[in-house]
Amino acid sequence: MTTTPRRETLEKLTPVLTKRWLSPDAWRLDVYERLDGYAALRKALAAHPDDLIQLVKDSGLRGRGGAGFPTGLKWGFIPQGDGKPHYLVVNADEGEPGTCKDLPLMTHDPHSLVEGVIIASYAIRANRAYIYIRGEAVHAARRLRSAVQEAYRAGYLGKNILGTGFDLDLVVHSGAGAYICGEETALLDSLEGFRGQPRLRPPFPATHGLYACPTVVNNVGTIASVPYIVLGGAAWWKSMGTEKSSGPMIYSLSGRINNPGQYEAGLGITLRELIELAGGMQPGHELRFWTPGGSSTPLLTAEHLDVPLDFEGVAAAGSILGTTATQIFSDQDCPVYATYRWLEFYHHESCGKCTPCREGNYWMVRTYRRILAGQGTHEDLATLLDTCDNILGRSFCGLGDGATSPVTSSLQYFKQDYLDYIEGRTAPKLSEKTLVGAH
Amino acid sequence: MTQSQYGNAASRLDDLVAPAEVPAQRNGGGPRSADLHAKLDERAAEIVARYPADRSRSALLPLLHLVQSEEGYVSPAGVEFCADVLGLNKAQVGAVATFYTMYKRRPTGDWLVSVCTNTMCNVLGGQQVYDTLTEHLGVGHDETTSDGKITLEHAECLAACDYGPVMTVNYDFFDQVDPDSAVAVVNELRAGGRPQPSRGARLCTLKEMSLQLAGFADPREEAVADGLAGDPTLAGLKLAQQHGISVAGYDPNTPIKGSQTGDKPAPATTRPAAATGSTAPDVKAPDDKSPQIRTAETRNPDAKTPAPDAPGTKAPVDGAPAGPADAKAAEAAGAAANQPASDAKPAGDGGTDAQERSLKSAESKEAASARSELASPAVASEEESDK
Repeated sequence: MTTTPRRETLEKLTPVLTKRWLSPDAWRLDVYERLDGYAALRKALAAHPDDLIQLVKDSGLRGRGGAGFPTGLKWGFIPQGDGKPHYLVVNADEGEPGTCKDLPLMTHDPHSLVEGVIIASYAIRANRAYIYIRGEAVHAARRLRSAVQEAYRAGYLGKNILGTGFDLDLVVHSGAGAYICGEETALLDSLEGFRGQPRLRPPFPATHGLYACPTVVNNVGTIASVPYIVLGGAAWWKSMGTEKSSGPMIYSLSGRINNPGQYEAGLGITLRELIELAGGMQPGHELRFWTPGGSSTPLLTAEHLDVPLDFEGVAAAGSILGTTATQIFSDQDCPVYATYRWLEFYHHESCGKCTPCREGNYWMVRTYRRILAGQGTHEDLATLLDTCDNILGRSFCGLGDGATSPVTSSLQYFKQDYLDYIEGRTAPKLSEKTLVGAH
Repeated sequence: MTQSQYGNAASRLDDLVAPAEVPAQRNGGGPRSADLHAKLDERAAEIVARYPADRSRSALLPLLHLVQSEEGYVSPAGVEFCADVLGLNKAQVGAVATFYTMYKRRPTGDWLVSVCTNTMCNVLGGQQVYDTLTEHLGVGHDETTSDGKITLEHAECLAACDYGPVMTVNYDFFDQVDPDSAVAVVNELRAGGRPQPSRGARLCTLKEMSLQLAGFADPREEAVADGLAGDPTLAGLKLAQQHGISVAGYDPNTPIKGSQTGDKPAPATTRPAAATGSTAPDVKAPDDKSPQIRTAETRNPDAKTPAPDAPGTKAPVDGAPAGPADAKAAEAAGAAANQPASDAKPAGDGGTDAQERSLKSAESKEAASARSELASPAVASEEESDK
């Protein structure tokens, strides 16, 4: 039974980055150009690069890949006049469980990303840019490669772009199936032709990034926002979202709701409103737990329906905004099993470089299997928390940190569910059979 | 991103680097590396040319995809080929090839069927789909059917959770599958048909797909045009369209300079009344931040966080630096807190405090909820175990 959202909730929608998706051929250059395409590029190339950096700073744009770092500040960190080549690398390695906003953007509106890349490269004085796209994202890559070719032919890429003397080469580089490459330094290693393993920071990519040169690594949504900011201005951009988290954001809703999908709204909308937009919970399902931004962000519960989903609001509620991948689970889903499945993921995707993450995830998966098979003990819960304490903050990158999020948060909110398995009130979810030779 | 066996890295390396007669190759023995040169050199040169001249190693990932477009997997000859092209040794190539899930270490079928069994798809039925296909095809994870047509794997999140449960064939999506529809797809594939994916282009073989992954355009007439956006992708947009919602105040001619709110620094009271979504009370973060947040903040400092070794600080400041104020602030902050980021101590570093705290808060929550029928035995046994 789909419910209709109220007017005041509907008005929270802000179709900006997603707007062109309604035009089935917006991925073609001629259609894109008719829909304001490359207007921002012409405008930007007439301005001084520093003014563009200032504009992005003024807009308050923050990274859309999960960390929320101020984009203009990141661009400003690139040393100018240092005689080294600069690089722009777009992180299109979308793989955080629950996250599905970048693939549709690249599939249905690839030119907006290409245009953003050109503007951003001009601003940071880069003559070479890469889009590192997840290997499995084949259709998005088709569209993106076709867009890049069209842009070259139209003179938006290559030498002397639009007669301004600015040169830019853009390569679409497909990954090969490794979640860790979504971490910016692992991505750079992968792009250099190595195993995708994170680097110790400092030095940060802004000074020692790709090929040890100054590099900006930005998420797809971040770069695709840039043309709109250039066109509409910082003040307009700030008219959406909240004071510290400005602009629109694509919320990806999945799970036990009537109409899962992509909902672009100003930062700061609440889950209650998002569920309303998505037509309510599925019949017979009641919200039990959810992730505000992918599985690496601590779970929240029905208590948190009115938390504003911006960087500050979610942090105040004890979680992280992340990628706004809102996975919604109901009273028919088991938080222990959900956490177990996520841990299988982290265990598999841990690159193996740092011992706490590699070994910790390995052992936590085993502990979960034991609990779910009805063979857990009360000590297991302490062991899990102890393991988390030994992973969190003790590895090079955030993958291990992310793995602890569902564990500690589910133990915080749903300890009874664990005890029910341990004390035999819940039937084992994994049988002996599934345990033998699992994977 | 699929799950692999718990094989250790060394034995995987042996698979590739040792001359390794891979057992029973269906295509009658992989061509030797010289044959590969004859077939692939031209394309390999195109790939290498995409990267800076002294950085040819960047071409390794696309070259490995290129090898798969010919061999169907990363064969020992293919490893040798990549090593030749880039001036690496075979161990260096093998180390990379074994790291990534999409590089297959055994010959694959024409059709790689991947079923998402990560949490969301899993609870929506993906696990049943996978189990059903395992039984129906008689193969397990990363195994190929005896007719050599289909390789099955269970995959991690495929970034289509709004369409879950999903399955891909050679990475093109079949949405909202159930055991029956999944079986129908593989049956059609085995019968020589090419079922139409829900989104994306019509199917091509895994080798053809590998060529695209190596960065070459899809050669099929208008394949790039295939596939319309599904309902979930457009869900929010259609709502906005139906109800005539758009963002007010958009003027594409807003000047880049001077439109800045930066001139009168940021009390965002100037926001238009039509502002959407600003429901956030300016919540003060509680003092006892969760360890995840504290760690995340350390890893991702924002403008106000003291940034050890802030990148801008090493900038040679000739000409007009882009953000002198930022760089200066960062430098001062960096000097004040001159310690590497990785030294950031997470909560709980002082011993088992964090652990105990977490357990305690979980217990108090539990006590509050006090499910009557469970309360006495659960609490009792727990108290015992706590001692």
